[in-house]
Amino acid sequence: MIAIYWAYLKTTIALQFQYRVALAIWMIGGLLEPTIYCVVWSTVALARGGDVGGYDAGGFASYYIVLMVVNMWTFTWIMHEMGYRVQHGELSAMLLKPIHPIHSDIADNIGYKTLTLCVLIPSAAVLCFLFNPTFDLEVINVLLFVFSLVLAYLLRFFVEWALSLVAFWTTRTDAVNQMYFFFGLFLSGRIAPLDLLPAWARAVADALPFKWSVAFPVELLLGRLDRAQITHGFLMQAFWVVIGFVIVKFVWRRGIRRYSAVGS
Amino acid sequence: MHAITVEGLSKHYVVPEREAGLRAAAKSLVKRKSRVVKAVEAISFSVEPGEVVGFLGPNGAGKTTTLKMLSGLLYPTGGTADVLGFVPHRREKAFLSQITLVMGQRNQLIWDIPMIDSLERNRAVYRISRGDYSETLDELTELLELESLLPKPVRNLSLGERMKCEIAAALLHRPKVLFLDEPTIGLDVTMQRRIRSFVDDYNRAHGATVLLTSHYMADVEALCRRVVVIHHGRILFDGALSDLVARFSPHKTIDVELETEGADLTPYGEVVEAAGLRYSLRVPKEATPQVTARILGDLPVLDLTVEDPPIEEVIEQVFSVETPEYRGGRAGAG
Repeated sequence: MIAIYWAYLKTTIALQFQYRVALAIWMIGGLLEPTIYCVVWSTVALARGGDVGGYDAGGFASYYIVLMVVNMWTFTWIMHEMGYRVQHGELSAMLLKPIHPIHSDIADNIGYKTLTLCVLIPSAAVLCFLFNPTFDLEVINVLLFVFSLVLAYLLRFFVEWALSLVAFWTTRTDAVNQMYFFFGLFLSGRIAPLDLLPAWARAVADALPFKWSVAFPVELLLGRLDRAQITHGFLMQAFWVVIGFVIVKFVWRRGIRRYSAVGS
Repeated sequence: MHAITVEGLSKHYVVPEREAGLRAAAKSLVKRKSRVVKAVEAISFSVEPGEVVGFLGPNGAGKTTTLKMLSGLLYPTGGTADVLGFVPHRREKAFLSQITLVMGQRNQLIWDIPMIDSLERNRAVYRISRGDYSETLDELTELLELESLLPKPVRNLSLGERMKCEIAAALLHRPKVLFLDEPTIGLDVTMQRRIRSFVDDYNRAHGATVLLTSHYMADVEALCRRVVVIHHGRILFDGALSDLVARFSPHKTIDVELETEGADLTPYGEVVEAAGLRYSLRVPKEATPQVTARILGDLPVLDLTVEDPPIEEVIEQVFSVETPEYRGGRAGAG
């Protein structure tokens, strides 16, 4: 299995070198979004006398720089990909191979991330230089952060892979993707730190997977969570990883059954 | 034991249907009509290990659907299929590792990287040992003349080159059963011949079972001693290629070249072609010996040949007659 992953990784990296312009554009997009929100919120904080909901300008800067890293590290593009595969019959070629297609997706994702990380870390450094973030890091939080990052990655991968299977039942997957993206923007803490949202929105965020895949690791690292919140967060992450995994396992089988009944 | 056994295999598709126009489109919002298309209807046949069988039929006859069911991509509506002792649609790893389906041009290869990288990827996926890999690769490279293509990105290859690469990638794991759907479509004659002889070599060297569809009769004539003719989802004929001709063509063609002009050949048979001193006659098969004798006796003949009509013509004949299922020489087998 390791040999298969290694082979997958090599092709992904070779491919990404082919698409270097696309890669750069994606990177710039990924960089731009948190930068814009950071500028907006820092300005608001200054106008409000330096503080909004427990974040000052430096606090927003550190929040968005870490958020950028977490979001870039956990994001997937499978929901766009699966619709294409099903509609254009590319899935058929995958089904003929004696291996579950999720493995090549994981390997592709890791390969891509390995490359982007090389650009991501210097970018984060530049942003640190520009925005003067305040970091108050504790060793234990850094260690827990790494752990939560692994769970966040798995969570997002399985949940989005599971959602992408909608493609078996509808040819218009874009609508689902758009909705997911919209919820994600709000409830994962990208548009604003979740503390700034009204209570009802925070309750919704607690119940859905978005917060646990992005906002939770960020707040954890920045020392904004107490011990009980951290424990709860890890449990929620584990819960959603399991849910995603189970859905992938069962819905995939039903989806394939449907795909092979309808014809490809 | 058979390599492939198919018993009453059927595939019905439910396809949505509506009339053209906006009104019909609006209506379909509320109530959708659909129609059942019987792509394959209760077909049965079996294939021995090492056999090369040609699957013939016009477009939409159900050939590709059958190949997809046998390779596990489609779930049958009815009946059973057994390939190498496996139920295809369960798609067990041991099954998938022993078969291959070549269909169209975009199955095996990743477009933007060189062919050799795609092969390397397949090597890992099929868990082929380094030793076997380089041996198979050498063999494929030689037979298909891939040497110069290996380092090129697949998107820069021509249609024929891509097909060769596609076939190479599909055979890297040395499958025991090959499903080839139109392996020579769109290729020039030279390339067609190369792929044909490659399939032949592969079949001989590895004893692989091959089920192939093609519109080119040359493929079928060169490779398949046995053909299965399928039309409207049903099997019309299953037997030796020569039997197909004997059974479905009641005519022979007599080509005559005469010494003098102005002869009238209509009393001997239907004149299909007359060009100068050359004539082509269509004659009922059983009358051929007598007619030949009469022509030779009556006319100043320079040259005379008797031939079976071209296989394309026979196939056309088969499809135009809507006879119920007919099973030829192999009726007892299976």
